[in-house]
Amino acid sequence: MAVFKRLYGDHVLHFIVLVAALALGGYTISVLGVDQLFNPRVWWQSIAVWFAVAVIGHDLILFPLYALAERLLPKRRRGEPATRRRVPIVNYVRMPTLAAALTFAMFLPGIIEQGAVTYTAATGLTQEPYLGRWLLLVAGFYLVSAVCYLVRSITTKTRPAHPATR
Amino acid sequence: MDDPDQPRRPGFPAGLWRTLEKHPPPGLSRIRWRSPLRGPWLTSVFAAALLVILPIVIVTGLLSYIAYGPKFGQAIPFDVGWLKLPSFDWPSNPSWLYRLNQGLHVGLGLIMVPLVLAKLWSVIPRLFAWPPARSLATVLERVSLLMIVGGVLFEIVTGVLNIQYDYIFGFSFYTAHYFGAWVFIAGFVSHVVIKLPTMIRSLRSRSFVAELRTSRADTVPEPLDEDGLVAPDPDPPTLSRRGILAVVGGGALLVAVLTAGQTIGGWTRQFAVLLPRGRSYGDGPDDFQVNRTAASARIDPALTGERWRLQLLGGPQPVVLDRAALAAMPQHTAELPIACVEGWSTVETWTGVRLADLAAAAGRPVPGSAVVSSLERFGAFNRARLQRNQVLNPDALLAFRVNGADLSLDHGYPARIIVPALPGVHCTKWVASIEFRES
Repeated sequence: MAVFKRLYGDHVLHFIVLVAALALGGYTISVLGVDQLFNPRVWWQSIAVWFAVAVIGHDLILFPLYALAERLLPKRRRGEPATRRRVPIVNYVRMPTLAAALTFAMFLPGIIEQGAVTYTAATGLTQEPYLGRWLLLVAGFYLVSAVCYLVRSITTKTRPAHPATR
Repeated sequence: MDDPDQPRRPGFPAGLWRTLEKHPPPGLSRIRWRSPLRGPWLTSVFAAALLVILPIVIVTGLLSYIAYGPKFGQAIPFDVGWLKLPSFDWPSNPSWLYRLNQGLHVGLGLIMVPLVLAKLWSVIPRLFAWPPARSLATVLERVSLLMIVGGVLFEIVTGVLNIQYDYIFGFSFYTAHYFGAWVFIAGFVSHVVIKLPTMIRSLRSRSFVAELRTSRADTVPEPLDEDGLVAPDPDPPTLSRRGILAVVGGGALLVAVLTAGQTIGGWTRQFAVLLPRGRSYGDGPDDFQVNRTAASARIDPALTGERWRLQLLGGPQPVVLDRAALAAMPQHTAELPIACVEGWSTVETWTGVRLADLAAAAGRPVPGSAVVSSLERFGAFNRARLQRNQVLNPDALLAFRVNGADLSLDHGYPARIIVPALPGVHCTKWVASIEFRES
């Protein structure tokens, strides 16, 4: 057992569980058929390509993008004194932006009217309303956030310096 | 399986892992993780929430496959080997069973999106850790992580596109979503088995209640952990830990508000402003969700008028009934949901002739199954086979009217099937014939 652990690097149960998982994954692909993973005519309309993009989609595409956007936010840097602004604005920008980005990503097809033919075939309607609705939602997110910031700033100012708002 | 006392020395072949460790790619050491909130406790809170939601999403998805009727070869994809739950006859009672199943599958699948993103965000330093592996065990574990991360995002993306009728991916949604799910299940189950002790230990490392009482000003990073989730040199906090939990929970709540209406219906439907099934068709008797228009099914209106006949097959000889003959049969009214695999549903009041009465009229009062065919000639769902319990359910109808009016052409005029708890796509519209079979 100790030899196995030294060679493999973990408990034998760890090995058993992972081999079972890989075998199940392999069996899944074998039932589907390897040829089904690829579309010889339109390469990017392949299951394998979409799965591969899903693997890297968050970590290597989405994450760098939103990490970069985060750097643009007005934030206190390391070592900077904490008292410059009584109510930091960062979260009042961050929250509506997150809500706008989340709804944009999840409801993208309607917003950009992608899949219009199948949409109309299924519903008898068009995707025309979605862009306007989404823009109104976004306006609402930022408006609510601005009002919250304003209220928070006023209540913080009218109150004498309070330890909770430092 | 995590042994905190074990010294972190590389496994076999040690020379390879040491060489790898000494040669990190340029630039990697310059990454500074800035968030003071990442840490095993926070990751474990997200993990615990997903551990509740994901099994429900998985099981309801697999149940939906059974609801399509694999024993009749009409579950898609057709050949799944051992990759399915044991087949059983999908119940036709309670009538809201499929509505609940798909409401949970699609609804929770959408609501968990912010949680999945938060979980991926919280563990991202692991992706850039060097060396990426120091034993065969870590290599295998990393491969399983590809299955779980790729699997969950693949399922979310294909599912989210499908419920919005966007088929830009080109391949069969059913096939991809079903097999993708099994790749995910394999990764997910192994990840849970291996990481459950870590999750429990991490959750116990801090008091949840105490975190809810800790303000941003008092927020300090978790103690450094051996997995490297905690940043050694973070920025000052801009959010407390309770704050980030509120953000993720708030994101889930926002998605819930914007999507639940498509399943719950009634006055909540209007809140699903960005989904196809939040739309209103008006307030007339036929003004509810349409999932395939007569135009797209290429229904010739001439065949639905005076010339329309219902053929009943499977008895001693074929029986042909016109509208007047059907109207003379006992009419039954039932309030039933029609629920789509896409998660949306709507409850309407249907009136028509019981399928059981039609079976008797055909001369096979207790059929083993029934094959319903539509006037639609080319669609993938222009016929559906019903189980015995679905045919004989007293609320299973060949409906002519809905909410007191004749069906509209888009809703299947002159006659459509409505069966309790049957997937909506099998509630065949523009019915032309029903064949009652012995088996």
